[in-house]
Amino acid sequence: MNAITATDVRLQESALNPADAVIDQFHPAGEPILFPLDKGQVLRIVDLEGNQAADVLFYNRDDPAEHYSATDTMLHQGGIYLTTGSVIRSNDARPMLTIVADTCGRHDTLGGACAAESNTVRYALQKKFMHSCRDNYLIALQHADIGLGKRDLVPNINFFMNVPVTEGGDLKFDDGVSGPGKYVEMRAEMDLWVLISNCPQLNNPCNAYNPTPTRLLVWNPT
Amino acid sequence: MNAPHATPTPWTEPDVPVAPNPPATAPVDVPTFWPRFPAAALQGVDTGAIVWSEVVPGGGHWSWRMPRGTAIRFVALEDGPNLSLVLYSALEKLERYNMPDSLKAQHTAHYTRGHVLMSDMGRAMASFTADSTGWHDPLGALLDHERMTARYGDKPYAAARNGMHRSGKDGLLIEIGKYGLGKRDLIAPVNLFSKVQVDAQGRFVFEPGHAPAGSFVELRFDMDVILAVSAAPHALDPNPAYAPKKVGLVAWRCGPAPADDACRAFRPENARALHNTDMLYL
Repeated sequence: MNAITATDVRLQESALNPADAVIDQFHPAGEPILFPLDKGQVLRIVDLEGNQAADVLFYNRDDPAEHYSATDTMLHQGGIYLTTGSVIRSNDARPMLTIVADTCGRHDTLGGACAAESNTVRYALQKKFMHSCRDNYLIALQHADIGLGKRDLVPNINFFMNVPVTEGGDLKFDDGVSGPGKYVEMRAEMDLWVLISNCPQLNNPCNAYNPTPTRLLVWNPT
Repeated sequence: MNAPHATPTPWTEPDVPVAPNPPATAPVDVPTFWPRFPAAALQGVDTGAIVWSEVVPGGGHWSWRMPRGTAIRFVALEDGPNLSLVLYSALEKLERYNMPDSLKAQHTAHYTRGHVLMSDMGRAMASFTADSTGWHDPLGALLDHERMTARYGDKPYAAARNGMHRSGKDGLLIEIGKYGLGKRDLIAPVNLFSKVQVDAQGRFVFEPGHAPAGSFVELRFDMDVILAVSAAPHALDPNPAYAPKKVGLVAWRCGPAPADDACRAFRPENARALHNTDMLYL
């Protein structure tokens, strides 16, 4: 059986130089982006101002039925948090990416993405007209027209979010462990679509009610 | 790991309740299982409103279309069962149970009486209206074929007939496939009768034997749903033998959640989720 590799924090700096990146772009607060990432390429997401959730989903570019799976990822590492060394797995339990560097130390698999509909439940019925990650995901997928849609919006990764589970079985939204300039870096193990929403949630204190931008960098295999 | 077929175990008929065929002149042979369930596990069930009962053998899988206002009491018929459960709206299959939405709305990583299973559309799909165990696992681990054969060895149909091993994932894929849903649609399940804690480092801790025989949990369906279940072992169950347990089900008409419902009152989020569902049935 798989050895338990899960832990709460494994800090690791990257040796990669931003000057060598093939993509280095600012990604504005509250916006989605969909882009391809080739096998062997390395993606870095930088939390520029601190405690900005980057809500991320991954899809196999060759088989849209294969997507990131929170449950397979957690089961294979034996726990819930993502950090350096975590293998991000698909619904076929195959490695999609490996986290190779992480200066934040803990990322969330359980909190999911905000939605207009879930905002009505969590906050108030009339929050439904506020912007949300799942609206972001849908507009990115609608315009891209690549065969992915709502059925493919499965539970996502929240990079830079801290959502601990207590031994008593409570789910908590704790103050972030991230900060300005902290980053997470991952190597693609297959050709991927990367779908990111810089979370626009304005009802939750976890981002100090202030959604902020991120920086995205991609390196080719060395 | 066992070498396949090297030491075949004698095949024994599993405890599947199968009666001989009745003659064509007989009424349809609907079996009545529920009077054989432990009486204490039926407390609170309106036995006059029962519409069917069933026994799912260990490792078995099935699915039902359950209308709003019906309920199912799930009963552990042996010690330590696991029942993986998924829900899709029968009105719009794109709407389905959502693990993160349900957990974060209720700030919970376990389910018990008062909790609500919410869809990705902000609606209550089903409510936990009774529970003797205090903990059902929502973290979604599901036994797949690779993990099952690595742990228990290969036991295919040719070697074991109806005693073959079937993974929870394959059981659920068969069931949702009956409604046109595929691999990409398989959601994170709820594992009834199982308890998985998370330690301070974020690691899973499975509690063996959490639900003894006679344990029960009850779901009221708040919208018309497709319900699929598998009684295969929990993916984190450390038992070295494949030993899934029987689960009894009894369904009855309970009516939609009343205004003074305990699940509505459990949290304001649950009241809003049930309200959102009520808006589907004006």
